[in-house]
Amino acid sequence: MKISAPFTEEAVCNLKVGDAVEISGTLYAARDAAHKRLVSALENGHPLPFDPQGAVIYYVGPTPAKPGQVIGSAGPTTSYRMDPYAIPLLAAGVRGMIGKGGRSPEVKAALQRYKAIYLAAIGGAAALIAKTIKAAEVIAYEELGPEALLRLSVKDFPAVVVNDIYGGDLYERGKQQWASPSEPSSGLRG
Amino acid sequence: MRSIDCAQITETVAQLAIEANYVLGADVKAALRQALERGSSPQGKQVLEQLLENAEIAEQERVPMCQDTGYAVVFLELGQEAHIIGGYLYDAVQEGIRRGYREGYLRKSIVAYPFTRRANTKDNTPAVIHTEIVPGDSLKITVVPKGAGSENMSRLFMLIPAEGVEGIKRVVVRAVDEAGPNPCPPVIVGVGIGGTAEMVMLLAKKALLRPLGEPNPDPEMAALEHDLGQAVNALGIGPAGFGGRVTALAVHVESFPAHIASLPVGVNIQCNAARHKSIVL
Repeated sequence: MKISAPFTEEAVCNLKVGDAVEISGTLYAARDAAHKRLVSALENGHPLPFDPQGAVIYYVGPTPAKPGQVIGSAGPTTSYRMDPYAIPLLAAGVRGMIGKGGRSPEVKAALQRYKAIYLAAIGGAAALIAKTIKAAEVIAYEELGPEALLRLSVKDFPAVVVNDIYGGDLYERGKQQWASPSEPSSGLRG
Repeated sequence: MRSIDCAQITETVAQLAIEANYVLGADVKAALRQALERGSSPQGKQVLEQLLENAEIAEQERVPMCQDTGYAVVFLELGQEAHIIGGYLYDAVQEGIRRGYREGYLRKSIVAYPFTRRANTKDNTPAVIHTEIVPGDSLKITVVPKGAGSENMSRLFMLIPAEGVEGIKRVVVRAVDEAGPNPCPPVIVGVGIGGTAEMVMLLAKKALLRPLGEPNPDPEMAALEHDLGQAVNALGIGPAGFGGRVTALAVHVESFPAHIASLPVGVNIQCNAARHKSIVL
């Protein structure tokens, strides 16, 4: 399914757990250190370096671009590290986050509250994903190096919906469907 | 006595850092293909196909297969008859990492002062270096770029001897279960058993360096690897954590004698970008 970024409320309402999407439009690349600064800006009443309304944040710290490349390899980083910063950004209007790995119960609840979604890109597929990034520019925090805030222009960026606005979770559903019944989980946990 | 020049060591380390990040090992690619044939969830299959395609792109276009080009972990096996000339061995290794990460357009991911300023060192140094003195007059260098997504899922368990093999199984499966989709499955699970607290973590990491698909030569250990593999794959986490029967491509176990009071177990998870490259000088 094709979808444009920034995300509209209507588009987000139509997405369900497990949907594979191809995103075209604008993403903002930010990870740990940039998030810390974004949330600090919000707390101090300063404007963000981008318009948060409907914005989609991609958790990525790309490799340096080789000569002739738009961007280096650019796969997702682990999302739970951004959990402490996610809710103020959702409250400010951010409507989508792309990373990999599970989110906290608080973030999942906030996704429902603010009608936003969390998607996963394939961890490790960084060279493949970079091909969908058509332009990249640093818009803030250049001194953070690989953690600088970037504006990315993407075409058919592949991602899968992990948490939708209806409380669904692809990781939980996947495990329930595929865990082997011969290995009772009670015997596996300490 | 044979002389090995520091300039050659620097050059070799730089090349190893670049090659390890650009070219996924044939053993890992074969394991991904086998996983695809073994069958998994439809979404799991798509993930495995994308990982194989990604490896092809990285190798052909000479770009990093993953944006996390890692903490550079360097294993040295230095022959006691070898003589290092032209400088200090560790300086030569650090210079090799500095050069490889610059010339290979690899991401610089190391920050000094980890809990205060977190200032980027801008050249991916320092590398973590482990040196072993071995017989002979050669130097084996292995560069392991280790991403933090999987490294953050490392665990140390100091079990009591009474917990035995069941205790080992319980904690290894727990570590993989709790890691879930975070370390980029399908993973390789490195398990160390025995030694001391610090040694068992090193054993767990060394277990990741063994070629995939090559079981431990000790039949008892190989059986444990098999059982752990079954238990881990029964969790249902699957490729990318989307659900499926392929959570781990392999479980590798290494052991060492333990104290009468101890049963240390170390777990080090390797992501699907299972990178390491060696050269013997």
